[in-house]
Amino acid sequence: MEALAKLLNANGLIVAFAVVGLIMWASYLISKHLTFGRIHGSAIAILIGLALAFVGGVQTGGQKGMADLPMLAGMGLMGGAMLRDFAIVATAFEVDVALAKKAGLVGALALGLGTLLPFILGVVIAWSFGYRDSISLTTLGAGAVTYIVGPVTGAALGADSAVIALSIATGVFKAVLVMVGTPFVAKLIGLDNPRSAMVFGGLMGTVSGVSGGLAATDRRLVPYGALTATFHTGLGCLVAPSIFYLVVKALIGN
Amino acid sequence: MTISGVALLAICTLLGNYLGDLLGIALGVKANVGGVGIAMILLIAGRIWLVKSGLFSEGLKKGVELWGSLYIPIVVAMAATQNVVAAVKAGPLVLIAGTGAVVLCFCTVALISRIGPHGETMDEIEAREALEREALREAEERAAAVHLSAKGA
Repeated sequence: MEALAKLLNANGLIVAFAVVGLIMWASYLISKHLTFGRIHGSAIAILIGLALAFVGGVQTGGQKGMADLPMLAGMGLMGGAMLRDFAIVATAFEVDVALAKKAGLVGALALGLGTLLPFILGVVIAWSFGYRDSISLTTLGAGAVTYIVGPVTGAALGADSAVIALSIATGVFKAVLVMVGTPFVAKLIGLDNPRSAMVFGGLMGTVSGVSGGLAATDRRLVPYGALTATFHTGLGCLVAPSIFYLVVKALIGN
Repeated sequence: MTISGVALLAICTLLGNYLGDLLGIALGVKANVGGVGIAMILLIAGRIWLVKSGLFSEGLKKGVELWGSLYIPIVVAMAATQNVVAAVKAGPLVLIAGTGAVVLCFCTVALISRIGPHGETMDEIEAREALEREALREAEERAAAVHLSAKGA
């Protein structure tokens, strides 16, 4: 037993790979068999991650979720800013510029609004919950954009871990709502053609939310929605910690 | 080489974050300003440049895509290491902000979808494509028939 603990402690990052791999595997099984693909496996995995962080926090009384358990300290490295930025930047590699031009003006408009509107809403709600510093407000506003933009912004600005956790949870909740809710409102919002699917992708943002929601509505619309949604995270990571933060800071004055 | 892709990604990430830091200093904020976004733009530009100059290779692509495919697992690890206990104490902010953002965006989709000409629905597109295929097949058959009769004459 002691030998095992020593091994796990010495190979923190490898342990984290194994643990996260198991979480992902279980999540995709849950997605397939319990929600019949309606809720994307990645959203379930992130929810499980947040739940484990809660358990870890309660058990150790620490502030770093699972990473406070000595055997799982590697989770901190795997989920830390260094590897996270590295992996997120890599996703830009799949962006096809020729396809982007196809989305055109209406896609760009949807992307812009899809970043700005949730951000404003998030900031206003965070304000009404008593947050008054520009870093927390910007991070929570960014969380309402997507669950990636929130923590990337929070880490760039040096936000509190609890605030970052809130921003992730907000983004994940949004993604799940999009996945589950889209089929029900599809008719109402005119979601039956490629153009409106591209508008939808740009506005809703989260790739997992958009592809899950569109797949449940009309499978043929998925590539159009995903096309604009892929730009969402990049745009959010660019403007939220920069322009949006400066505007919030200027408005609040601290 | 796979490592060349990983290296390209590393260079773009470092350069993007450095530029983000410089931008932060220039703007007088103690933060990294859009570093990840800048790095993404650098990577897209880098890819275009590599393809144009013929230096793009399968191995290079593999090196970058490996990390791109690890992005969700890394986000899961990040979620598992946040101070969720403190966040839960903050209460219903998550529910209100999440629901509000989704409702707001649904409404905006409805609004923008109604601006400008109504696009063809997927059913209309498939019906039109089926008709076009049919017309093309008929034209080919006619051409073949003409060809045959020309031969016969």
